[in-house]
Amino acid sequence: MATEEGTPTFATRYPEEASVVRRAFLVAFVALGIGALAGIIQALHRTNILRLIPSADYYTVLTLHGVLLVIVFTIFFLVGVFQWAITRSLDRSPPNITFTKTWLALMSLGSLLTGAAIISGVISEVDASADVLFTFYAPLQAHPLFYAGLAVFLVGTWLAGVDWFRTWLGWRREHPDERIPLQAFMVLTTMIMWYIATIGVAVSVLFFLLPWSLGFIDQVNPLLTRTLFWFFGHPVVYFWLLPAYLLWYTVMPKIAGGRLFSDPLARVVFVLFVLLSTPVGIHHQYMDPGIAQGFKFIAMTNTMFLLLPSLLTAFTVVASIEHGARQRGGTGLLGWLRALPWRDPAFTGMALAGLMFAAGGFSGMVNAGMNINYLVHNTLWVPGHFHLTVGTAVALTFMAGTYWLWPQLTNRRLYSRPIALAQVVLWFGGMALMSNAMHVAGLFGIPRRTAEPQYQGFEFATTFGGVSELNIQLALGGTLLFVSTLLFLSNLALSLAQPTRSGLGQRLPAALSGPEDSPRVLDNLALWSGIAVVLVVLAYALPLGSIIADSGLLGPGGAAYPAALTPDSLAGLQAAVADPVVRALEVVA
Amino acid sequence: MHIHTYEKLWLGLSLLLITGFVATITYGALGAGVEMVDDSGETVDPDALGEHPDFADPGVEQVGPNEYDVYVVAHRFYFEPGSSTQGFAPITVPANSTVNFYITSADVVHGFGVAGTNANTMVIPGEVSELTVEVGEPAEYGIVCNEYCGSGHHTMEGLMQVVPPEEYNGTGSQTERLGGDS
Repeated sequence: MATEEGTPTFATRYPEEASVVRRAFLVAFVALGIGALAGIIQALHRTNILRLIPSADYYTVLTLHGVLLVIVFTIFFLVGVFQWAITRSLDRSPPNITFTKTWLALMSLGSLLTGAAIISGVISEVDASADVLFTFYAPLQAHPLFYAGLAVFLVGTWLAGVDWFRTWLGWRREHPDERIPLQAFMVLTTMIMWYIATIGVAVSVLFFLLPWSLGFIDQVNPLLTRTLFWFFGHPVVYFWLLPAYLLWYTVMPKIAGGRLFSDPLARVVFVLFVLLSTPVGIHHQYMDPGIAQGFKFIAMTNTMFLLLPSLLTAFTVVASIEHGARQRGGTGLLGWLRALPWRDPAFTGMALAGLMFAAGGFSGMVNAGMNINYLVHNTLWVPGHFHLTVGTAVALTFMAGTYWLWPQLTNRRLYSRPIALAQVVLWFGGMALMSNAMHVAGLFGIPRRTAEPQYQGFEFATTFGGVSELNIQLALGGTLLFVSTLLFLSNLALSLAQPTRSGLGQRLPAALSGPEDSPRVLDNLALWSGIAVVLVVLAYALPLGSIIADSGLLGPGGAAYPAALTPDSLAGLQAAVADPVVRALEVVA
Repeated sequence: MHIHTYEKLWLGLSLLLITGFVATITYGALGAGVEMVDDSGETVDPDALGEHPDFADPGVEQVGPNEYDVYVVAHRFYFEPGSSTQGFAPITVPANSTVNFYITSADVVHGFGVAGTNANTMVIPGEVSELTVEVGEPAEYGIVCNEYCGSGHHTMEGLMQVVPPEEYNGTGSQTERLGGDS
């Protein structure tokens, strides 16, 4: 990480914006810490190695893990990195920094409300709960605070997009004939995708789930709200992924010693994500009754074509890294690999993240395969898959990116690069063990989201090693991941105590093939938004119409189940309800 | 727009791979006949399943020389029939027959997965999942609820027995229906 004397850091040039980015990262990392704690509790619980909570509370911990990591950690990191990218690439402050601070405050407030509703589930004195998991399908019901918090959070992200579009419009007035700088282009296209994607969840929460949890309506149509959830629930994975892509395209080639191979192809990739991300959500509903096979087939075809931008990314990113390695003196067909800066945690973290993304991509193709999906749907295979994509490609890239970005946001050196290097390698190793065990267990039919995968009436037929061997692998992997998270957080905390210094600035070089090599139509954001909306209407109008025609807007939905509010009548469950803190103390003692 | 030769090649291969995937799925649906769970099942009122002609008394019913309909209601936290650990009869069908499952939920969203096979569906209140399975040699399969359905989700399991035909016919209680009065 050679620094470039004379290049002022982001924190020096844009102190107020840097402070916003640091605050967004702070929230992201607090969520990462709590989410990781929830993760290790689950890994040890379901493998029956250490049980700190009753099994009935497992689902509250699982909800906390899911919501904090895939909503709070990822999206707060995203808004931080996007605020940095748009300011840096347009070389321009937001029109009104108070507005910037307002959307960050709204997002924080929303997260706090939702988080409070979830955590209440393990506090018996508080009559609230939200153990509905990240996929909050009706008629399982959460406390109204859960839905209200989500709504406030969403509005915050929408205003963040408004802020970035306004910054860009201001820039365009002064640079009417210039191409949109690449990072700004990535931020704006990602936000267009987000606006389209969040329509589904916003309608579901505001018109159905929130009024229902407040008692204004008696029941909701479960299939309708489920379909609206997945309208949002698939594109949101690209919302997690695209900031990682932004770092892979614009930062990783530089730390590899070179520059981006092709700016036009990067733009094409982001446009493809705008067009194809949303009309695919029904691929999460291949197993749903009430949706015709034809609609499922359309979602499957769109999903398969969504492989294209990721395959193009694999080419461009690897080509850019190879270019960097050759700039550093690497030679040979594969010998250039040795010339890469493997001792740099930022580079190694992103490279390992990319490698895991390839593996996750392959298991994702199995999920996407409509009829092959029968074998793996809702088994442990699925979390095995997304711990490679969001849990590694995204999370590990964010951590590695932080190692590169943090000194420029604080004017302080990283506390320890060797610890950082160990941290990213540990993440890779932990995830390799855990996700391998999950994939294999899924093929045997072991379900996801269950506190006790061992059943009384039957045993899972495994080919070799048995379920206990898989459990050990899973628990070991989960433990390594938890240790890795602690190393990451403590390294950053110690970095805060480093003395401030100058000379930590980094410059991002222009691409080998610049935007002038691409047609101007690529920058026509209105055109791409329009086509994206048309594709969404084509993919969703008929299935949604058919669901509403079959069962109506509000049902038949069955009664609401505020699961934790009405303790279950099954024998043994109530006996297990005890204060988790007391139980934790007993275990420690 | 300038695209590198290798990149064009890569783009071509990527499109070929994608087309190949779509083709294999299409073959699976049309050639091998893997049909998806779809909207062919009726809609029902989950609060009034007791008045439904088939779900009021769910179980196994012979509908052809070698064909059986199985009606299952998923409840928090048991399958009726299926959950033998909670006093319901296991789902029992004769070997080498065609089995049509009709599954619905009396309360929340559940899953119905026969462990180690690709028999798998979501169970959504108000909807009936239809699933046809060709069962082979006698065997015993675990059934799991693979969709989170509340704090007792992990206790929700069932059992499916594929028995030799003579054993199936030989058991008086299983000739017509089972599970309904358990």
